[in-house]
Amino acid sequence: MDDLILTPFDRLSIVRHKNRPTIKDYLPLIFTDFFEMHGDRYHGDDRAILGGICRFDGKPVTVIAEVKGRDVFENKEVNFAMPHPDGYRKALRLAKQAEKFSRPVICFIDTPGAYCGVGAEKRGQGEAIARNLYEFMTLRTPVVSVVLGEGGSGGALALGVCDELAMLENAVYSVISPRGFASLLWKDASREEEACNIMRITAEDAVSLGVADHIIAEPAGGAHNDMETTAENISKTLCKMLKSNSQKNIDDLLNSRYNKFRRIGEFSEITPS
Amino acid sequence: MQLEDLLKQVTDRFNFDDTPKQPPFKCPRCSESTDTKTLSDNMWVCPKCGYHSRISAFDRIKMTADEGSFTETDKGLSSLNPIEFPGYEEKISEMQEKTGLTEAVITGICTIHNEKCVIGVMDSHFMMASMGSVVGEKITRAFELAQREKLPLVLFTASGGARMQEGLVSLMQMAKTSGAAARLSQSGGLYITVLTDPTTGGVTASFASLGDVIIAEPKALIGFAGRRVIEGTIKQRLPEDFQSAEFMLENGFVDMIVDRKNMRRTISHLIRLHRPNGERTVPEAPAK
Repeated sequence: MDDLILTPFDRLSIVRHKNRPTIKDYLPLIFTDFFEMHGDRYHGDDRAILGGICRFDGKPVTVIAEVKGRDVFENKEVNFAMPHPDGYRKALRLAKQAEKFSRPVICFIDTPGAYCGVGAEKRGQGEAIARNLYEFMTLRTPVVSVVLGEGGSGGALALGVCDELAMLENAVYSVISPRGFASLLWKDASREEEACNIMRITAEDAVSLGVADHIIAEPAGGAHNDMETTAENISKTLCKMLKSNSQKNIDDLLNSRYNKFRRIGEFSEITPS
Repeated sequence: MQLEDLLKQVTDRFNFDDTPKQPPFKCPRCSESTDTKTLSDNMWVCPKCGYHSRISAFDRIKMTADEGSFTETDKGLSSLNPIEFPGYEEKISEMQEKTGLTEAVITGICTIHNEKCVIGVMDSHFMMASMGSVVGEKITRAFELAQREKLPLVLFTASGGARMQEGLVSLMQMAKTSGAAARLSQSGGLYITVLTDPTTGGVTASFASLGDVIIAEPKALIGFAGRRVIEGTIKQRLPEDFQSAEFMLENGFVDMIVDRKNMRRTISHLIRLHRPNGERTVPEAPAK
């Protein structure tokens, strides 16, 4: 067969496939001795974000992940992977804990976006995301992130301020869902596919825009066709990312983390004569 | 556009003539109509209900900075089209012509009651002051300038959120500006945000929520998600005051609500209170 060219919309369909593996599938394949931690210590425990301590390659790490459900019941529990402010605050608590004990932080992004609701607004969804961007930028321990499936908007970015970002081959990362994009800019949500194909949301796009650093290969047809191989590929990339960042002096690490984001943006500039 | 033309447009905006040409202002909060002259004499605040209406960045600077003290920085920046979104360049040119701005934020240095500070003002008339590369870059540079010059930073925010037309690049401006805010904070710099109508989306979820002191204007819309999106999710109508400045104060995300007429005084007081001994700016020593 000739090389099959997947459109961005094809990739979006792959990551939305009902059998797409979630962090709950990968966790036992990549890490050992996982101890889950609950709660933000302010309000509650948001199950849309899973966090805890475990070992990677024998060494202690903190894992923070957005959790998609694998069926209706799980999805109800994890709110379709749409975190409330409590979830982001739990993430921050665990990140600060990792900083204290000098463990690297590994984040897994997989969300359609932060939850939009009354409680989320009352408890400061905007502030919770902003605080994570601010704190992760200055967290004095290595942080690496992996987009497993959907990287939706600020809800994804809240776990995406890191030293290096990897994306699964079919994963997408976008400022808004393609549907939302079509609805906002063309007042027509049905043009989702068209939006998807021009928004530059694929892993390759994210690399070319300077947002992602690595692409993790998926088996033909998508990660659900061979979860074990995908987990192995994720492990290899994590290994590489942790190795390169753990050796750096912490101030150099923070400078390069800041500059990774500082550089992003395209504009022209006329300097006054 | 020629520099002279731009300069003239800016000057015109600063010396706006107030002969009523536009139809009377209809308040979006109380629906009462007010003629433009009365409204402008009242600092563009609805005399009936106190709603602080949306004003241009030029008007904001004029009513905030000491006369003649404002010097603009980074004014040469303008947008490109990072994801090649059809029609984006045309949209930008159209907005530039309509507003006399090059982008949705003006930054600079000024004094407020003699207190020198870095200032940034977002203007919702320019593509709803959405944050793309230029807004992100100018805000970031304002943070960096404040840090370098050891000056307080005052940002008047207004925004519909991330600039969709710039895709993922606009999302990353949230991380960039928040990182710059963190660095200013770590250096001990004072950062005051004034949330004006409307401050929403990616701007609320980044630098707007990170001030040491967060001020809001009365009745401003402040929130993360759009009202219609939430109503669609929960299948219910939301109360009128949902996501208002008053709602944010009640829920603990705003320090104070300040009327426009007291804004200069409040900001300059706050700047003084953040000096070790609370002193006023020491006048510069005469050149020898």
